[in-house]
Amino acid sequence: MSLQVENLTVYYQTLRGDVHALESTTFGIADGEIMGLAGESGCGKTTLGQGLILLKPPMKLIKGSVTLDNEELPIWDTERMNNFRFKKISIIPQYAMNAMNPTRKIGKMTAELLKSRNVNFKAILSELKRRLDLVKLSYDVLNMYPIELSGGMKQRMVMVLSTILNPSLLIADEITSALDVSSQKAVAEMLVEFRDQGYCKSMIVITHDISILYQIADSILIMYAGQLAEKASNDVIISAPRHPYTKMLISTLPEVGVRHAEKRLAGIPGGPPLLLNPPIGCRFRERCPVAFEKCLEKPPLIEIEKNHFVACWKVGD
Amino acid sequence: MRRYFGRKLLIYIFTFALAVTIDWLIPRFMPGNPIQILISRAALKAESAQLLYSYYMKAFGLNVPIWQQYLNFWKALFHGDFGVSIWLFPQPVLKIIVRALPYDVLLLLPSILASWFAGNKFGAYAARSKWLDSTISPIGYILTATPYMWLGMVLAWFFGIKLHLLPFSGAYSYAIMPSLSWTFVGSLLKHWILPFASLFLVMFGGWAIGMRNMIIYELEADYSHYLEALGAPRKLVRNYAFHNAILPQITGLALQLGAIVGGALVTEIVFSYPGIGYLILQAIQNHDYFLLQGCFLFIIIGVLLANFAIDIIYVLVDPRTRTGMQGEG
Amino acid sequence: MLYFMLRNAKLRIGVAVVLIFVVLALVGPLLTKYQPRDYVSPGVQPPSSEFWFGTTSFGEDVFTQFVYGLRSTFIIGIIGGGIGTLIGIFIGFISGYRGGIVDEILNMFTNIVLVIPSLVVLLIIAAYLEVRGFLFESLFIGFFAWPWAARAVRAQTFSLRSRDFVDLARMSGMKPLKIIIKEIAPNMMSYLLLVYILQFGGAVLTAATLDFIGLGPTNGISLGLMMNYAVIHGALILGMWWWFIPPGLAITAIVGALYVTNVGLDEVFNPKLREM
Repeated sequence: MSLQVENLTVYYQTLRGDVHALESTTFGIADGEIMGLAGESGCGKTTLGQGLILLKPPMKLIKGSVTLDNEELPIWDTERMNNFRFKKISIIPQYAMNAMNPTRKIGKMTAELLKSRNVNFKAILSELKRRLDLVKLSYDVLNMYPIELSGGMKQRMVMVLSTILNPSLLIADEITSALDVSSQKAVAEMLVEFRDQGYCKSMIVITHDISILYQIADSILIMYAGQLAEKASNDVIISAPRHPYTKMLISTLPEVGVRHAEKRLAGIPGGPPLLLNPPIGCRFRERCPVAFEKCLEKPPLIEIEKNHFVACWKVGD
Repeated sequence: MRRYFGRKLLIYIFTFALAVTIDWLIPRFMPGNPIQILISRAALKAESAQLLYSYYMKAFGLNVPIWQQYLNFWKALFHGDFGVSIWLFPQPVLKIIVRALPYDVLLLLPSILASWFAGNKFGAYAARSKWLDSTISPIGYILTATPYMWLGMVLAWFFGIKLHLLPFSGAYSYAIMPSLSWTFVGSLLKHWILPFASLFLVMFGGWAIGMRNMIIYELEADYSHYLEALGAPRKLVRNYAFHNAILPQITGLALQLGAIVGGALVTEIVFSYPGIGYLILQAIQNHDYFLLQGCFLFIIIGVLLANFAIDIIYVLVDPRTRTGMQGEG
Repeated sequence: MLYFMLRNAKLRIGVAVVLIFVVLALVGPLLTKYQPRDYVSPGVQPPSSEFWFGTTSFGEDVFTQFVYGLRSTFIIGIIGGGIGTLIGIFIGFISGYRGGIVDEILNMFTNIVLVIPSLVVLLIIAAYLEVRGFLFESLFIGFFAWPWAARAVRAQTFSLRSRDFVDLARMSGMKPLKIIIKEIAPNMMSYLLLVYILQFGGAVLTAATLDFIGLGPTNGISLGLMMNYAVIHGALILGMWWWFIPPGLAITAIVGALYVTNVGLDEVFNPKLREM
């Protein structure tokens, strides 16, 4: 297993108390696998992504362990994690369009960043240029300031920058959310290309847009209110989900070609719970159509078939 | 960029015109013949009063329509004619001011530059750690809340009277004539230290506090988080934050110039330092309104020029102004 | 909200210091049986149990002058700061809300007033006036201090005006003035308080400086005026520290406390700034 996450629990410290943002999350990603991480806003996916690479206050690690390439990631130790950042694990952040220093030329910033990580810029330059070609950016961008680039261009630049050292794990956090549909397609395809070219080994693609994951992910992990609901391969999640939440989520996706008159869009009534004092047991039970008394007890994550994990009392044999 | 400078120039021209107009208007606020009142207040001998009266009647041309008086004022200005002083008659106002100017430059330039650089440095330190912050910040707040003249008084009293270490009056010892000798320079420096220190300390506090807040803001920015996520050492992140935080401090300097001039003014009064500030006080005490007006105009011109210089510096330093984004409106 | 206010150390210290001086200003004159200009004792006397702050060269009681001076300092701070805040709010709101050419013109005007060294103009105006009262001084101070308030209010109005609830009000046909009063202003109340505190502190400093030069009100006593008299009558040379140190110290303490209170309040109002 390339990445193994065991019981990861991360809370946010606030003045009102701890927000239980991520609860006992366990999963694994194989080498070369693109795993999609999907769920509603506030379900904990960004906490997971951020926590893996930059866990700093107000986030606090309660328990859990992370192993990457058979080496433990000391995510609680900011100093020691530095050895892994950028080189073994990297991130394309949600704020990619603002991620570059506005008062530095992009090339200069890249050189300074690499130098500070003990990487020779000149040695990397030809590889950097090759990747700029891949994302269809001209070499001139290295001589420009971020403000001279469009939003999409800045994002592609950040994509190249984040992967330039060929990390084992790449976290792509909501990188298609601010784009139009055709750009989304281009960026999604670039991600796959990165993996195929070996620029990164495995990837976690965080998004609330399942349709993107359908196109590029090998497996999909569905989260709800800080807990893992279901994880399975791409087609299983889309065509044969088992968790009630996943089922409702998939059915809310509009189908191409189907008119509103024929089949009305279904939503999921209600809203996710506040995580300051989360409900006991399964956190979906208040909105779940098939909840029963046992749901007051937290369902364990069971592997119901190979590589298909579900956390629900109603599922399982 | 042309638009940026064009707009700035427009503001400066308007400001200058407004200042000149205020300057011209003020004596006309008084009832009756302004010249008569001014001169009678100055209590001169009969012959000099007569001379001055006829000179100014002609200069102000009070027998011509108001708008022509206004234009005449502007004309005189462009000829470098700021009028004649009442108190130090018959010296021309311009000559008196120019004599005082070097002392202002000597006082203001080093104190502004030193406090700006030092304040920014210490503000950056304060943003680094809680411990540094809890020492530097309170000092900064106290310093910036201190009235300039009071700090001057305390320093003068403590170092001058109590400790007999430094002089606290005048620009150089009364016993020495200005010359290019070491004794003169030494005396000049000794008299300069206390007023310089008093200006420096108050301004330092302000810059330190400002810079600390700007750096904290930059450290919270997206690009800082990105660098941290990619494992950049703290030094690099702080370096970028510093360079970005300095920019608003530059514009801040331009905005503070008005206040700094006020501070220099009272400091000169406390130390009897012969700059334009001290000149203003003497002009007021001696009812020399022409000298007063000249000083006022001179200060305005100085402030506008300094503003302009800072605007140029800002454009050179912030790449965003050059690549099309508008700087400060 | 009150809970956070009470917990914030900066706020506690700042308000405490200001309150001490306010109490002194209110109660002080009751503690002394003299008037500021009364002759109470011959000669120059350092602080003693009889004259807590000593006496001046003219035999006046420094403590009496001090507490009466505190009063005028606070009054000018309140009024001058108030005028500056009001003008600033007026111009800032209009500028921020209307935008466009109105904003450009007002902004230019603000910058012009900002650039002119206010003290120099105040000097000139005050020098030409024969009799000056407290009201005039406050007025003038306010007339030149407002640009800072206007800038702050304009920036806040800009950010609020594009919020959803304002758009909603506009779409439902509410008149602009009403929108400003009913929708934007309540959300800015806390911010306006911060602006006022800074204006207050600035007014106190400016007033002290003006008084020190001798261009303050022609009647009455103030802290700046005390320092003026002290310097003119050689307090520095004679080492009469009790005459000029208390007034300046009081101003430093009050203004410093106001600044710290400002920061504390900012932390209370903006959760992001609060330390964990």
